[in-house]
Amino acid sequence: MSETLLEVRDLKTSFNVKRSGRKYRLKAVDGVSLSLVSGEVLGIVGESGCGKTTVGRSIVRLVQPDSGAIQFRGGDVLGARGAALRDVRLNLRMVFQDPYASLNPRRSIGDSVAEAGDINGVFKSRADRAARIAETLSAVGLEPSFATRYPHELSGGQRQRAGIARAILPAPAVIIADEPVSALDVSVQAQVLNLMMDLRERLGLSMLFISHDIGVIGQISDRVAVMYMGRVVELSDARTILDRAMHPYTRALMAAVPKPDPSQRIVGVVETGEPPSQFNRPTGCAYAARCPLASERCLAEAPLLRPIGPDNRLVACHNL
Amino acid sequence: MMLSVRDLTVSIGPETAPIDIVSGVSFDIGKGEILGLVGESGCGKSMTSLAVMGLLPQPGPRIRGGRIDLVGADVTQLQPWQRVEAGHGRIAMIFQEPMTSLNPVRRIGDQIAEAVRVHDGVSGAAAQARAHELLDLVRIPDAALQLAAYPHQLSGGQRQRIMIAIALACRPQVLIADEPTTALDVTIQIQILGLLRDLCNRLDMSILFITHDMGVIAQLADRVAVMYGGRIVETADVGALFNEPRHHYTRGLMDCMPARNLGARRLPTIAGQAPRPGAIRTGCVFAPRCAAVQDLCLVAAPPRIVLSEGHEALCAFPLQGERPS
Repeated sequence: MSETLLEVRDLKTSFNVKRSGRKYRLKAVDGVSLSLVSGEVLGIVGESGCGKTTVGRSIVRLVQPDSGAIQFRGGDVLGARGAALRDVRLNLRMVFQDPYASLNPRRSIGDSVAEAGDINGVFKSRADRAARIAETLSAVGLEPSFATRYPHELSGGQRQRAGIARAILPAPAVIIADEPVSALDVSVQAQVLNLMMDLRERLGLSMLFISHDIGVIGQISDRVAVMYMGRVVELSDARTILDRAMHPYTRALMAAVPKPDPSQRIVGVVETGEPPSQFNRPTGCAYAARCPLASERCLAEAPLLRPIGPDNRLVACHNL
Repeated sequence: MMLSVRDLTVSIGPETAPIDIVSGVSFDIGKGEILGLVGESGCGKSMTSLAVMGLLPQPGPRIRGGRIDLVGADVTQLQPWQRVEAGHGRIAMIFQEPMTSLNPVRRIGDQIAEAVRVHDGVSGAAAQARAHELLDLVRIPDAALQLAAYPHQLSGGQRQRIMIAIALACRPQVLIADEPTTALDVTIQIQILGLLRDLCNRLDMSILFITHDMGVIAQLADRVAVMYGGRIVETADVGALFNEPRHHYTRGLMDCMPARNLGARRLPTIAGQAPRPGAIRTGCVFAPRCAAVQDLCLVAAPPRIVLSEGHEALCAFPLQGERPS
């Protein structure tokens, strides 16, 4: 029986935004519950503004949620202080999207990779520190000599490898990867994805893998959560979702992915509509305005995530 | 041919030791045809399109050789205003991020009317009426209302529609679209692709569509040119390209797409990374990354082999037409 590492319960995170002189409260995440068991990769997929990034940033406490609970190995994450917070920081590690923006241009790669260890007094000696940096760089496929180089000397793929090295140096339990391959060219993207799959096996990592790209999510995830307007609309095994999506939004999302096959053209065939404004969340189902199945009930009452069918699948839809 | 490019070479650096960032590129686009130009960052696809538009940044890259014919007229060395004066101005371009192309403090209607004024010589109510017409053409609902909106009030997809409307103001015969859907969500991307295909059919417009995404190419293009290291390495009809890629790079690009490999343990990759411009001066520019590299590839420039009508590959040892899995 696998241990539940990370448990997110009814997470809500919102931001103050100003538009045309008026203040709004933007509900980026509006009641998300997820769990991650050890050794598992949970993919979170959705389009811009669906709240997937905010979920990740809330978990590592880069943003402060309004309410909800996050537990790591049964311990409270949001209220952690002192040694407990240190434990959280070393065990929940983030990999960011933009390898150009997420590395300090004035620090050597080695210093960036070792930063968490330096802050938390992980290294026994200077020699130990150097050895750990070299070992970690080798693990992500970079020469140990990269430790003395600076970000501008590296290609995009190499920088993302350095970003992954920074995340795995303290031997964390969970990696939260927010669009880690989206800024990379497709040939380099495949290399970095393969690296992440290798590391997962070798180090027994669990991952929360956030991406807008269904193809990438399907490649790496065991389970997939589909988000729309701050909520999870469908959650199941990756295969179940990719082969037999049920929620109308998941289906539209899958149908809109351009297939690399000119004999299966969908341009002009698939109708998708525009998402509603984030400032005026509809009272009922947020997808109702775009949904071919929408009924009266969908406009009035927001559907809750509930089990549907035999596949251990959760779907938030009234019409299934 | 609406657009014909022959042996286009764009270079940077000193005249005495130029570095070619686009090297001997040739392609044609027929009336109402969509040519997809596909490649990864730094392969020269955007520089090719800027050269065709006459918009190469100054000072910097320059056209060192070759010829660009726009609807039968040689425009290779003409500046944009000279093209308009000479009546060769019916080419327009849209870019990846519409927000950086639109003026944030001017109303949508005025920005479209400005383009109408330049090209049609009308202003005031006539220009606004034409702007309304253009918004209808790009299927913006409530056009009358949206003319008064500012760019920040629109979604990313709508902003790209506005850019297309501005581009259409000159009644272009050729539209260059440089990664126009890359910044958009997939459900919005598919709508913009549908709009471009529809405009191409209805207005008999030709499109040079630039992208890094093989999926988008498969969905939209009639013909495809694959670019790598400043060169076009394969040209084919879209069906032939996807059924029988003949260049090893084209095949590699297709194989490493996650969508083709759902559930596979490991993705096939192309080893290494793309070369910097000018880094490889002898032999085939793809040789250092090619899985099927031979000794010859490192020393001799690869020949352009015609495999069938309209299907060419820049390779001494092309693939034998195996269908990708």
